[in-house]
Amino acid sequence: MEKTWNNKAWFMVLPVLLLVAFSAVIPLMTVVNYSVQDTFGNNQFFWAGTEWFTEMLTSERFHSALGRNLFFSFIILLIEIPLGIVIALNMPRKGWGVPVCLVLMALPLLIPWNVVGTIWQVFGRVDIGLLGHTLERLGINYNYVQNPMHAWFTVIIMDVWHWTSLVVLLCYAGLVSIPDAFYQAAKIDGASRWAVFRYIQLPKMNRVLLIAVLLRFMDSFMIYTEPFVVTGGGPGNSTTFLSIDLVKMAVGQFDLGPAAAMSLIYFLIILLMSWVFYTVMTNYDAER
Amino acid sequence: MARIDLNHIRHAYGPNPKSDKDYALREVHHSWEDGGAYALLGPSGCGKTTLLNIISGLIHPSHGQLLFNGQDVTNLSTQERNIAQVFQFPVIYDTMTVYDNLAFPLRNRGVAESEIDVKVRETLEMIDLASWSGKKARGLTADQKQKISLGRGLVRSDVNAILFDEPLTVIDPHMKWVLRSQLKQLHQRFGYTMVYVTHDQTEALTFAQKVVVMYDGEIVQIGTPEELFERPKHTFVGYFIGSPGMNVMPVKLAGGTAQIGGHQIQLPTPVTPADAKKIELGIRPEYIRIGRSGMPVKIAKVEDIGRHKIVRTRLENQDIAVIVGEGEDIPADPHITFDPKGINIYADSWRVGGN
Ligand SMILES: Nc1ncnc2c1ncn2[C@@H]1O[C@H](COP(=O)(O)OP(=O)(O)O)[C@@H](O)[C@H]1O
Ligand SMILES: [Mg+2]
Repeated sequence: MEKTWNNKAWFMVLPVLLLVAFSAVIPLMTVVNYSVQDTFGNNQFFWAGTEWFTEMLTSERFHSALGRNLFFSFIILLIEIPLGIVIALNMPRKGWGVPVCLVLMALPLLIPWNVVGTIWQVFGRVDIGLLGHTLERLGINYNYVQNPMHAWFTVIIMDVWHWTSLVVLLCYAGLVSIPDAFYQAAKIDGASRWAVFRYIQLPKMNRVLLIAVLLRFMDSFMIYTEPFVVTGGGPGNSTTFLSIDLVKMAVGQFDLGPAAAMSLIYFLIILLMSWVFYTVMTNYDAER
Repeated sequence: MARIDLNHIRHAYGPNPKSDKDYALREVHHSWEDGGAYALLGPSGCGKTTLLNIISGLIHPSHGQLLFNGQDVTNLSTQERNIAQVFQFPVIYDTMTVYDNLAFPLRNRGVAESEIDVKVRETLEMIDLASWSGKKARGLTADQKQKISLGRGLVRSDVNAILFDEPLTVIDPHMKWVLRSQLKQLHQRFGYTMVYVTHDQTEALTFAQKVVVMYDGEIVQIGTPEELFERPKHTFVGYFIGSPGMNVMPVKLAGGTAQIGGHQIQLPTPVTPADAKKIELGIRPEYIRIGRSGMPVKIAKVEDIGRHKIVRTRLENQDIAVIVGEGEDIPADPHITFDPKGINIYADSWRVGGN
């Protein structure tokens, strides 16, 4: 049969294009629009070129917020990934313990972000919170409202509590897919506990771990609600992450131009990170 | 290398076994001689893997005792027992090279690297993967992977025993033949105690000095291939070994004769079994002659399989297979006679008499 060549197929993707246009492209373009203009109110805009971008990229405020974000992501990955692996390794593989563990693990994941924030806000209070009160009793002068270290500690513990389960569940899924024969062969070969982990369990978890790192990185890089509820970005600016800063700038100070430039930079960073992870993962798959 | 005694071993997977039915291994009481090459033969689900796992220590038996060279090892770990075991389906360490896979069991035991190198290279030659030694094991085909599994068992020459659990299932027929003869050679060279599980009778009969037949959680017979063929202790052995299997038919015993329907068959030696529910006569198709005298039969089918013909006959209500040489004729009015040499009598499936 003769093939017909024309451009009719484009009509079929048109609905999707329209949808994407309304949901993503148009809002994004308004942001782009703001980022290159200046306004003094009255809906009067002036061309500003790359001024806001330059200002943002060279501003101390942006650098420190970005630094805090990266540091936060780094710390929680450092805790959540190993902790998740250890918990997954110790979960039962059969029997009644399995559903119990799974439900317990899934619980924190089901709680909405702002509720998690509220829970920890109360939990950490010295007067009525269990954590705050206990620490106080232990002689530690715990105060997340005034002490930046304590604020960080609280925000990190909160994230670990909220999200380690995700890593656990992903790792567990990898672990239960290992047939018994592998463990039997390892026993026959005289493998140590460490060798079993290194050569049987870790290779099976590799892929899910990569996904876990990606998800946790993205999510922690965009963290907003929980620290906002608990610390409101303080004390001072010590827990002001990019997203919190962005909202302050756009909604609080109504600096639309710089805020728009900042969101675009923020967006590009996340895009870049996604691309890096995607490349790493596809390379890893190709190698298999 | 060791002599292995299984002392009244029983095993149930469930927690509270009550009747015999709950046991995957009903009772095994048997010795594997030091340096013996055994084939463990039996249908799927009869407990072969369970038995091997008990010997290697992967499973702790519910009852009974296991001795290596007279020493009780029932409570020792797999590692302390120092046994090599090759499983039915390949297990390889994905992220390691072929070489490292073979070196792994030796490294875990702290063998010197120079000695490891010699052993590994020798084993790689044997399983024909020498040119693959530096490759990652993950990309290999199923039979190459199985050869690596096999190699990890063979690389350790100081083991108490090597257990093979249907190791050649996924390997192509030619390679199967090659590997089997290599295993045989290895056995002669190193004198391992070897147990080779299979459900393929030709594999069992060519490989082993002694064949152990299991059925339904029990060992029903141990013997040389000839013994299993000539005097099956249990009707199951009769069916399972030989192609086609033994003819087994219900009979009534009276004095020195057995009655099949209206026919009398003179027994080589008189048998008087204690009160049994079921008396049967077993005779292999090889020991039945077809001719013009004897018991009249109808012929249902003749299968020509080259070297000989299998004649499916009916004697009254009983199906009887007969093997006839390629050149022999089948008369128009066929009768069969039983060669007394091949007659076995079974009471409740266990052999009580015959030649
Ligand atoms: N892990 C297990 N849990 C419960 N039952 C099992 C297990 N492994 C084997 N069995 C049962 O024990 C019996 C013997 O199994 P197995 O030793 O694997 O037989 P074979 O290797 O001869 O095929 C079978 O009835 C099987 O269903
Ligand atoms: Mg089996």
